[in-house]
Amino acid sequence: MPEGQEKAAAETKAKGGTTKNRHDFVEGDRYAPAPESTDHVSLKDSYDLFIGGEWVRAPKRIETINPATGEVLSEVAEAGPRMVDRAVSAARQAYDKTWSKMSGRERGKYLFRLARLIQERAREFAVVETMDGGKPIRESRDIDLPLVASHFFYYAGWADKLDYAFPGRRARSLGVAGQVIPWNFPLLMAAWKLAPALACGNTVVLKPAETTPLTALKLAELIEEAGFPPGVVNIITGAGKTGRNLVRHPDVDKVAFTGSTEVGKMIQKDLAGTGRRYTLELGGKAANIIFDDAAVNQAVEGIVNGIFFNQGHVCCAGSRLFVQEGIADAVVRKLKRRMESLVLGDPLDKNTDIGAINSQEQLERIKVLVDAGNEEGAKCWQSGQRLPRKGFWFKPTIFTECAQSHRIVQKEIFGPVLAIQTFRTPEEAVEKANNTPYGLSGGVWTDKGSKIFKITSQIRAGVLWANTFNKFDPGSPFGGYKESGIGREGGLQGLASYLDLH
Amino acid sequence: MSTKKRLAVNKTYKLYLGGKFPRTESGRYYELNGRKGALLANVSRASRKDFRNAVVAARKAWPGWDGATAHLRGQILYRVAEILEGRSEQFEEELRAQGTTPAAARKEVTTAIDLLVHYAGWTDKYQSLFSSVNPVSSPYFNFSMPESTGVVAAIAPEESGLLGLCSVIAPILAGGSTSVILASHTRPLCAITLAEVLNSSDVPGGVVNILTGFRDELLSQFAEHMDVNALLICSDDEKEIKLVQERAVENLKRVISHVDGPLAESPYHILDFQEIKTTWHPVGV
Amino acid sequence: MAATTPSFPDLRMLSTIDQVGVEERARRFQARSIKKESKLSALKLAVTMLDVTTLEGKDSPGKVKQLCAKAMRPLPDDPSIGPAAAVCVYPRLVRVAREAVGQSGVKVASVATGFPSGQSRLKERLSEIRYAVGAGADEIDMVISRGKLLHGEFRSIFDEIVRCKEACGSAHLKVILETGELQTYDTVRIASEIAMAAGADFIKTSTGKIQPAATLPVTLVMLEAIQDYYDRTGRMVGMKPAGGISDAKTAIHYLVMLKETLGRDWLTSKWFRFGASSLTNDLLMQICKQRTGRYQSADYFTKD
Repeated sequence: MPEGQEKAAAETKAKGGTTKNRHDFVEGDRYAPAPESTDHVSLKDSYDLFIGGEWVRAPKRIETINPATGEVLSEVAEAGPRMVDRAVSAARQAYDKTWSKMSGRERGKYLFRLARLIQERAREFAVVETMDGGKPIRESRDIDLPLVASHFFYYAGWADKLDYAFPGRRARSLGVAGQVIPWNFPLLMAAWKLAPALACGNTVVLKPAETTPLTALKLAELIEEAGFPPGVVNIITGAGKTGRNLVRHPDVDKVAFTGSTEVGKMIQKDLAGTGRRYTLELGGKAANIIFDDAAVNQAVEGIVNGIFFNQGHVCCAGSRLFVQEGIADAVVRKLKRRMESLVLGDPLDKNTDIGAINSQEQLERIKVLVDAGNEEGAKCWQSGQRLPRKGFWFKPTIFTECAQSHRIVQKEIFGPVLAIQTFRTPEEAVEKANNTPYGLSGGVWTDKGSKIFKITSQIRAGVLWANTFNKFDPGSPFGGYKESGIGREGGLQGLASYLDLH
Repeated sequence: MSTKKRLAVNKTYKLYLGGKFPRTESGRYYELNGRKGALLANVSRASRKDFRNAVVAARKAWPGWDGATAHLRGQILYRVAEILEGRSEQFEEELRAQGTTPAAARKEVTTAIDLLVHYAGWTDKYQSLFSSVNPVSSPYFNFSMPESTGVVAAIAPEESGLLGLCSVIAPILAGGSTSVILASHTRPLCAITLAEVLNSSDVPGGVVNILTGFRDELLSQFAEHMDVNALLICSDDEKEIKLVQERAVENLKRVISHVDGPLAESPYHILDFQEIKTTWHPVGV
Repeated sequence: MAATTPSFPDLRMLSTIDQVGVEERARRFQARSIKKESKLSALKLAVTMLDVTTLEGKDSPGKVKQLCAKAMRPLPDDPSIGPAAAVCVYPRLVRVAREAVGQSGVKVASVATGFPSGQSRLKERLSEIRYAVGAGADEIDMVISRGKLLHGEFRSIFDEIVRCKEACGSAHLKVILETGELQTYDTVRIASEIAMAAGADFIKTSTGKIQPAATLPVTLVMLEAIQDYYDRTGRMVGMKPAGGISDAKTAIHYLVMLKETLGRDWLTSKWFRFGASSLTNDLLMQICKQRTGRYQSADYFTKD
């Protein structure tokens, strides 16, 4: 940072952000608030379970809060074993009676219709996603929602073309899919699960995460509106127990789970010997490797997108940075400068880059690992944003001088925390990058084409971003090697998980 | 002229590990008897340590085999078929000794040879079949392609000593993974003879490792080993399948179960031991 | 500022530019939503950064005088707005402008060196600079020989700029890269580096005569070059996007980009200018809109 800039920052700090100049373009420390309007959003005080095309009340209720303020947004039902059973049998009936008998073309039309309804109400959904989960409105509006709609649109088109997808095989649906999704991309994960399952002719029971159930429930309203036959999609809310009951239900033919590796292993064990199919999208600890011939300024931006996108609540986050020695100082200097320019605060503000941490529990987890990083001798640096008083927040954080054995290098933090290491040779970078039980994603930055092919082919991970990071598309398969999961979601390959090929 | 019968030189059946034919480190064996109860062989009874050594050998061989050109892997698989063809009588004899009828033995050997030729042809084609260039809505080039899973452990079919074994090994090898195979307990002879064929066919040491022994002793070892990426079990025993699936979770092994019998020729068996990798790159000047 | 003899930059140490990455980053600045006090202060700042420009064959002393009046007092009823940073004219009109702006603080900038193509001999280009400076220009906006640059004659471009800088004497030198002709961001980066090393006080995107003129991504590439140059040498270089910035919204995007890259130190007319002819009135209209809450009509703003 130029000296003057530092001085100015210090001056502003000394003033304690006096209200007079706070929003001045030159002197102020932040832009004037630019909140996304919420007056067009309809949220009910209470949501029931969406089973068999009806809203079913369950006695036990859980509150869902806005993590940026701590306010209660709504309450939802907690589905007990009987409700899970009821949802699965509704899905079974719908499968037997309507959905499995319907032509692919007709199924596809339902999905196209749903995609359109989502597009029409995208802004409203983006606002709810941000309120319930804490992610910046810029991301939910510009990334999550467009991807949600396009995911349905993409798989809608597959519904009548399944026999072309796998040469030499005929495709048949599996039956009832039980799907459990996480809180980091609530609606997008619902789309990733529902769209291929339905396109392939399966019916679904979906359970959104405990802390972020609202957009899935609002999606249920759209599914009603789109006129899907009752029971084709059932959405039940609850915590881990509800999810486990769903996954273990004997009449579920296929389980799809996105979440932690720990739970993924439990599911794999639960399903052992049952012959039931499963796909798992689990944790990650991606290496982002910057070679000294990289486009450095774009690489720095890639690092920022890699680890601070969605507060680092991203399974494929570039949470381990490997920088080639010769440019390490410059990269860290530029990275720090860039981090200072990130806007942290109200997720509904259109200028916010870093929103709230999703829950108190997750915030504690991040803190424990950051403490471990400090204890183990890595050097911590945080940017200077002030944190709001209410809600759950964590500053963008980097650790330099990390060792491969540090917990911040080994464990998935799932927060805005980056562990930086340097390397000298490409072999060293690849060896360290692969030295993890995970294998979800990776990044490689170099200007040399042949090096891109060499290094991306050596990294043992399912998604490789070369000279970019954290890009997603419905047509692009996503999923992990090793302990990061089994199976792919997205693209042609994502169909295989929902089909019996014979 | 003397009609004195010549004393036959009997073969010792050992394990196949890292391109070598060691006895089991445990020194144990089990007796394999022929139809009339005569001793056919003292078969090595592999231990968990033998399995561990086999995984080490397979892991070490994997980068080389995975990095070999698809064309070369095809050449080598074809070479295996050629050598097997030349030694078909020996295999038929072993199959007969283990209870197969002559006609069935003949059939099994020729089918196995043809299966190897079939997979030799797949080594440089399945990639095109299972790859895709994905149209994304942003200025990026995006493609997905299969890569070998790594080290695959396989429990070969029990009832088919040669064809079952070949049908397990061929798709794993064609796809660039290396393997540790537990051969049929009751029909182990062809396994070690096949190892000799592999060893003289330019298959690099460690790419295929073959153990003989007791399933119940080795199953959980196969399932639990943290450096095994995928597991194929050919079995009709639900308990066995459940056991390996449960034990496989610690490193999230990919578990493929198949009935106890030879795998049909199919590129989808190659795909069982592949991971799909998707790569993004910006398109610009 | 280092008074040492300029030396040719080591171009091997330049990192390359990824087009897609730069353009994505530039779009992020456009996604910023600048409201209320922030917007008003940004608009007022933008007015002070204007190089109010007229560069046409039909330019007359009368037009230049009007322009100077506008630059000195953009909003006749409100002395707190402006003045603009400079007026930018052809060499023959420098004297008129000089007289018109007087001691107001508004600078006189002149294009020179065979503007806009740069296709004349160095000797003539240098004498054009001397003429403009002699007539009272505070700042010279030179064009470089793009043909030579594209041909890889980097050294020659460097020498040319060094000579022009000498000819400027105490006048500030802005080097126009004409990015619209440079084809790639990598070339823009190289040209920026050469210009700064040769002593440019400002680097400037365009003449305004070639499309595309200034864009956010190309300006970002140049801002990054300035940043890296500053990190290496400690010398601040100014930035002037020119051409195609005709509305207040776009101007604010540029200022957001400036604020979030080079930071507060550059947020002044000393280090950042807009080269524009029609931007002024839109800025003024938006200022009035912010103050009154009413959308404005062009009829209420003087056309000069």
